[in-house]
Amino acid sequence: MADKRNPFATGAESTVLGADEIVLNMGPQHPSTHGVLRVKLRLDGEKVIGSECVIGYLHRGVEKIAEHRTYQQFAPYVDRMDYVAAVSNGLGYCETVEKLLGVEAPLRARVIRVILTELQRIASHLFWLGTHALDIGALTPLFYCLREREEILKIFEKYCGARLTTHAFRIGGLQYEAYDEFEKEVERFCKSFDKRVDEYESLLTQNRIWMGRTKGIGVLTAKEAIDYGATGPVLRASGVPWDIRKAMPYAAYDLYKFEIPTGQNGDTYDRYLVRLEEMRQSRLICLQAIENIPAGRIMARVGKILRPPPGEVYHSIESPKGELGYYIVSDGTVQPYRVRIRPPSLINLGAFEKMIRGHLLADVVAIIGTLDIVLGEVDR
Amino acid sequence: MGNDPEHKPPSAGSPYEPSADKPPGSVEKTAPKSDVTPIPSAVYPPEAAAASRLAAPVREGPVPLDNDTVKRYREKFGPAILQAWMDRKQAILVVAREQLAEICRHSRDEEKFDLLSNLTALDWPRREKRFDVVLELYSFEKNERLRLKASAAADERVPSVQGIWTAANWMEREVYDMFGIVFEGHPDLKRILLPEEWQGHPLRKDYGILAQDMAWVRENLGIESGQ
Repeated sequence: MADKRNPFATGAESTVLGADEIVLNMGPQHPSTHGVLRVKLRLDGEKVIGSECVIGYLHRGVEKIAEHRTYQQFAPYVDRMDYVAAVSNGLGYCETVEKLLGVEAPLRARVIRVILTELQRIASHLFWLGTHALDIGALTPLFYCLREREEILKIFEKYCGARLTTHAFRIGGLQYEAYDEFEKEVERFCKSFDKRVDEYESLLTQNRIWMGRTKGIGVLTAKEAIDYGATGPVLRASGVPWDIRKAMPYAAYDLYKFEIPTGQNGDTYDRYLVRLEEMRQSRLICLQAIENIPAGRIMARVGKILRPPPGEVYHSIESPKGELGYYIVSDGTVQPYRVRIRPPSLINLGAFEKMIRGHLLADVVAIIGTLDIVLGEVDR
Repeated sequence: MGNDPEHKPPSAGSPYEPSADKPPGSVEKTAPKSDVTPIPSAVYPPEAAAASRLAAPVREGPVPLDNDTVKRYREKFGPAILQAWMDRKQAILVVAREQLAEICRHSRDEEKFDLLSNLTALDWPRREKRFDVVLELYSFEKNERLRLKASAAADERVPSVQGIWTAANWMEREVYDMFGIVFEGHPDLKRILLPEEWQGHPLRKDYGILAQDMAWVRENLGIESGQ
């Protein structure tokens, strides 16, 4: 039998119906591919028997650019990768450079970072939920989700002036103090948000169509998920309780209590439940954090010109999509010698080919949606 | 400045040599101000760095590492474990390229490094073996990371670890795309981010930041400069 990975190879499984195989191109300009993803599908009737993702349409050479910018100059670029969770990207980058420099941001800065990052996680999951439901055919949740996301973006805007590509953090801490009403606004949002999640649940969780479209679709067992390198909610829905915030705490996550939601079946429905619960947990972290934001400096003593001592560091954070890692090599100059970004979306998308095999054409959008990919991050 | 591919000039010797006439603590401040911008030389220098950099207590630089994990690896693979060091509390093993796949299989099955977090490469154009393939492993059981490195010359093939972690499939394709490193045994080694017909490998140090495959751009996009 020909190679299974080759979508155009023919094999035993392709002769189920004895019909002719069709190769169908989906994307790159397709509203449900969340950007410019092209998927080549090998179909037997409506059944997908092979697939290949073609990516790179949004490739901007971010890693190359990094080698020609100073450490600070490169910081805004990372916001443009996962543009629905820019704050998380910035946190990962700033912390990695801080590790490389051997400095640590002051506690006050780290706590504010946690608050903003968790708000960003909620915003990212909200956007995911809205668009994922839209892809599957439920139009209503999108409006509710974006309504709440808007409140978070307003907090970001008040904090740093930008809503999406925020560049909220600096290497060594923060540039801006929290504004006067910051705690109050975060609290107001968090207090009301719990009921909102219930609202989404009432629309979807017991909805027969939703369950029919998501249960048993795109199943990934724990072993497969690890083999494919899947991280984040995708891994946790398969039953592996691994969250970098707990496993290797960064920022100030060791100060707060929260749980790691996991699923059992590793299907699209479980990933939905896991992300919903993650939003609730993020809300709890925010509530704990605003209760006691320590006083003090918000910026560590780092120079205006950063020359990290030669060496290398790999640091990863739990971004809303999964493990967002930065591998930075310094040669002692003001510019990084190499910046490798480990994008969770790219690696999770690698499991697509496994998840879609044997499902129907209509499930393609459900599985792309459930992976929660952002093409800006896949292609960089 | 930006479009000069050889943007970082070479240094004469190892940039990490401790300067004799200065106390160790002052190395941090003075070294970067020298006229030559340092570029890491031949081997990543755990010994040299340990001598100079560790004298300064503020920074954590590379230190030779010899813990239980390394001992077990040394016992099993002997000379294939070329170097072991710790940089900023992260363990790094330099292994022989030929045995990379075996060492990876052992890491997954015996040492329980079941997740391949990251696979990438580094380019040191002045070195005899210019590429480093870097693998970042993670063990759920031990909650530990381990970095494996293997060097390869431009014409040397690196054993693929795709059969050990499927996650390596796309990451090896990306390394092939960006650096031109060929992975032996990869089932579908082709470009992933750039178009299939593209010439050149952008993350190599001799590929300028403004460089691109003009012929491809002209032919497929119908524009002259691509800017």
